[in-house]
Amino acid sequence: MDSNFSFIYGHLPYWLFIILMLSGLFIVVSRGNLIKKIVGLNIFQTSVFMFYISIGKMKGGTAPILLDKSADDSAVIYSNPLPHVLILTAIVVGIATTALGLALIIKIREEYDTVEEDDIQKMDQKDLKKYNRNNVLETNS
Amino acid sequence: MALTLKHLFAVIMLSGAFSLVSAMLFVVMDAVDVAFTEAAVGAGVSTVLMLATMALTVRVQKETKRPIILPLVVVCLVGVLLIYGTLDMPNFGAFDSPAQLHLGSTYLSITYEDMGIPNVVTGILASYRGYDTLGETVVVLTAGLGVILLLSGLKGRKHKE
Amino acid sequence: MKHHLILKVITKFMVGVIVLFGLYVQFHGDYSPGGGFQAGVIIAAAFILYGIVMGLENVQKVMPIWFAQKAAAVGVLLYALTGFFSIIFGFEFLNYHAISPEHPKHGQHYGIILVELGVGITVTFVMIAIYYSFAGRTPHLDDKEW
Repeated sequence: MDSNFSFIYGHLPYWLFIILMLSGLFIVVSRGNLIKKIVGLNIFQTSVFMFYISIGKMKGGTAPILLDKSADDSAVIYSNPLPHVLILTAIVVGIATTALGLALIIKIREEYDTVEEDDIQKMDQKDLKKYNRNNVLETNS
Repeated sequence: MALTLKHLFAVIMLSGAFSLVSAMLFVVMDAVDVAFTEAAVGAGVSTVLMLATMALTVRVQKETKRPIILPLVVVCLVGVLLIYGTLDMPNFGAFDSPAQLHLGSTYLSITYEDMGIPNVVTGILASYRGYDTLGETVVVLTAGLGVILLLSGLKGRKHKE
Repeated sequence: MKHHLILKVITKFMVGVIVLFGLYVQFHGDYSPGGGFQAGVIIAAAFILYGIVMGLENVQKVMPIWFAQKAAAVGVLLYALTGFFSIIFGFEFLNYHAISPEHPKHGQHYGIILVELGVGITVTFVMIAIYYSFAGRTPHLDDKEW
């Protein structure tokens, strides 16, 4: 019974991060507004970062900045610095790619005059039909 | 909240607040460098960029009648699979997990001898994993170039002529 | 934004402080939390704040568009040249021992500072250039959307 409790307690953070991630995923797949999709993608991304950082966490640990440099301070527990390095760079790359996505949204809005995915698809299909009809006319004549 | 709100301004502000709260969570999990970056990037720059996009496009989301069942099923399925995947993982904060035993502790013990700097994260970032960081910097530059090309580059040139 | 006197005065005061803090984060990054990525975003945030409050024309007098776009590449160049410096002196790519071979520890330290400076320059100017690209477009809106 006690081990069951410690299992659930020890895995609860992971499950919370996964639920957060799923809410981001849900926004991405269920909402049509492109800006909202980007917000959902950001939530998704941040929760993956949280999951990654939580792997490196040690109970009772502290930030990986050495306190006493001369002695080998085995008394102090430091959390694992490796996930921090990977996520640090990923965040900055994430904002740069988010900016790229936002720039694409601005271009889409200029071209289609809307940022709703449903409207864009409707217009695309209309264009496709027109294009096909013209092609058929050309081949017939 | 981001699901039901129609006003994009509120959505964007809430996402900025979410970034700030997640930065606090990173501090709790000992990742001070990451928290620093997240606070500056998520709550600062990305909110500004999203607001700029909103100003250039639309302010209110349109009413849509999209089916909600299929996304819900997909999301639940993904969630069950991911939670099934975590069952094999070591407990949160465990000392004997594979992630703690190998590389991380090695870096902690050799960084000061090799470089004489106390911040292990900076040591790994700039020296041990210098290739990675060079690549990431190039990615940032490339994304910036993409934005410049999409939004301003050609327009500026036309004005000069 | 013509009538926001308090915002303008506070911004003029804050921009200097933010840039100073960014430089501290940049060059103290090996002793405390910080480094090129964070410092770059902080310094860019100072310029963005100035641009939001004072208007785009004023911030572009301080930091012209062409400068931001070209300086972004200089950071990557500095990073890569640090790597090639090592190759020229017979070490591996990005092996900072080449900077002072008789005292490898110092070489590592100098190398880290140089590389972080490269990262900082790139991130700063990329963020500023992205902001200019977004802010430099005039929105064309229908009347009903306002």
